Amino acid sequence: MRTAITIVVALVLLAGAARLQAVRERWYPPALEEETAMYLESAAAVRRISGPYAPLVADLYWIRAIQYYGGTKRRLSPAQGGDATSGAGPGAASPTDDRYALLYPMLDITTTLDPRFNIAYRFGAIFLAEAYPNGAGRPDLAVQLLQKGLRDRPDKWEYMEDIAFVHYWYEHDYLAASQWFEKGAEAPGAPWWLRSMAATTRARGGDRAASRLTWETIRQTTEIPFLRQDAEQKLLQLRALDEIDALQQVVDQVKARTGAAPEDWASLVRARVLRGIPVDPRGTPYELAPDGRVRLSSSSRLYPLLVEPPSGTERR
Amino acid sequence: MNAIGVIAINVFRESVRDKVLYNLVLFAILLIAASLLIGELTAGQDVKIIKDLGLTATSIFGLFIAVFIGIGLVSKEVERRSIYSLLAKPITRSQLVVGKYAGLALTLAVNIAVMAAAQYVVLAYMRWGIPPNVERTWDAPAIDPALLVAIALILVELMLVTAIAVFFSTFSTPLLSAALTFALFIVGHFSADLRNFQSVVESPAVGRIARGLYWVLPNLAQFDVKASVVHGQRVPAGYVAVAVAYAAVYIALLLTISTSVFARRDFK
Repeated sequence: MRTAITIVVALVLLAGAARLQAVRERWYPPALEEETAMYLESAAAVRRISGPYAPLVADLYWIRAIQYYGGTKRRLSPAQGGDATSGAGPGAASPTDDRYALLYPMLDITTTLDPRFNIAYRFGAIFLAEAYPNGAGRPDLAVQLLQKGLRDRPDKWEYMEDIAFVHYWYEHDYLAASQWFEKGAEAPGAPWWLRSMAATTRARGGDRAASRLTWETIRQTTEIPFLRQDAEQKLLQLRALDEIDALQQVVDQVKARTGAAPEDWASLVRARVLRGIPVDPRGTPYELAPDGRVRLSSSSRLYPLLVEPPSGTERR
Repeated sequence: MNAIGVIAINVFRESVRDKVLYNLVLFAILLIAASLLIGELTAGQDVKIIKDLGLTATSIFGLFIAVFIGIGLVSKEVERRSIYSLLAKPITRSQLVVGKYAGLALTLAVNIAVMAAAQYVVLAYMRWGIPPNVERTWDAPAIDPALLVAIALILVELMLVTAIAVFFSTFSTPLLSAALTFALFIVGHFSADLRNFQSVVESPAVGRIARGLYWVLPNLAQFDVKASVVHGQRVPAGYVAVAVAYAAVYIALLLTISTSVFARRDFK
C-alpha cells in the first residue's frame, strides 16, 4: 500500500514537472533553431582529446556532419521558404557564403579521427561537390577530402573514381576526369568499366549521352544504396534536361509562328500543342518564363539541374 | 583450492553481491537502443558505428570497474578492519594481494565475455536482411571473429589497469589511488608523445627524461587495436603475443611491488 502511494505521488510530481515545463515553453518560447557551432575546429586537437576513443568520436562527428548537411539542405530548400536562389548559384558558392561552412571542418575531423572512414570520404565528397543549395558547391574541397583518403589508402580506386566524377560533373574538366578514371583503373581490384569510362570521357566528355552511360554504369554497379540513389537522381536530371530541350523547341516554334511567347502551359494545351501540363520526372510542372524560356521549377526535387558546359566549349 | 583461488572466488562473489554486473544491463540497453536509433541518425556505416560503440563501451565500463573496485580491494579491508581477521588466517599478505587481484581479473573477464556476446547478438540483428553484395562493400563482416582480438586486448589492458589500481591502493587513499590510476591510464595512451618529446623541446635533458618515462610508464596505446579490427585490418599474431607478454611482465612487476609494500604495512 505504502509503495503504491509512493508511486502515485512520484507520478503526480513528474506530471507536475512536465506541466510546468510546458507552461514555461508557452510563456517563454524557446528558440526554434539552435545555433550550429563547432567549438573545436582543429582536427589534431580533437584527435588528442579523444585519445583511445577516437573511432567513436569520429562516428559522432560523422553523425553530426550528416545532421548538419541534412538540416542545412532542408532549411535552404524552397519548400521550407529557404533562399535557394540567392546564393552563389549552381556550381559555385560565393566566398562570402557561410552556409555549409562547417561541413568541411566536420568531415576533416571525422577523417582525421578515423582515416579509414570510407563513407565519410565518399558521401562527404558528394555533399561538398553538389551544386548549391543541394550541397556546398565546393568541388575543390571534395577533391581535397578524397585525396586525403588516398594518402591513407593509395590503392582505393573508389576514391579515384569519385575524384574523376567531381572533375567531370562539377568542374567540367574532362581531361582530369579521364586521367583519374585511368588511374583508378590501374589500382588493384578496379572494375573493367573504369577504363572504358576513361576513354569515353576523353572522347566525349560533356556529351549528354556519354553522361547518361556513365551514371547508368554507376547505378548498375554500385552496391552502396546512397550512391545508387544519387545515380538515379542524376539520370532523372538528364531526362529532365532532354524534356526541357524538347519543350523549348515547341515553345520556340509557337513563338516564331505567333510572334509572342505563350502566356502559360494552359494556352498551349488549349491550342492542342501539348496534351497536358508538362511535368518533370519527379512530377513537378515545368515553368514557362514570360520570355518563353522553359525551366525546372525551383520547388522540384530535381532542382538544381546538372550544369552542362556551353555548346562549343573546348574540352580541357 | 589454494589460498589465492579461494580469495579470488570470494572477490568475484562480492562483486556480484555489490551488483557490479548490473553494468551489463546498461551495456545491453545502450547497444540495443543505439542499433535502433543509428539508422535514423546516419547514412550507412551502421555496423561500423555499433562496433565502435560496443568496443568503446566495453573499454569504458571495464575501466570504471577496474579502477573503482581495484582501489578498494585492499583499502576497504583496512577501513572495515576485516584485514585483522583475514591476516589471522593461514594466508600470507602476498597471497591476499594476488588473490584479490585475480578475483577482480575474473570479474572483468566475465563482464567482458558477456559484453562481447551481447555485441555479437546486436551485430547479428543488424546484419539480418542485409544482402551479401551490400555486406561485401563493408570493410569487415558484421559477425567478425577478429573482433575478439580487440576485445581480448581490452581485457589485457584492463588487467594491467587493475594492477595499477591495486598497486596505488596498497599505500594510498582510495581517492588519490583513483586519480593516479586514471592519470596513468591517460598518460599510457599518449606514451608515443613522450617518446617524441625531444623533437618539441629545446632542452636535451627534458627530452631524455621524457624518453625515460616512455620506457618506464605503462604503454597502454599498444592494446588499442579497435580501429584496425573494425576496418578489417589484420592484427598480426606476433603483435598480440608481444603485447600480452608485455602486460604479463608489467602486471608481475606491479604485483611484486604491491605485495612488498603491503607486507611492510603496519596495521596496529
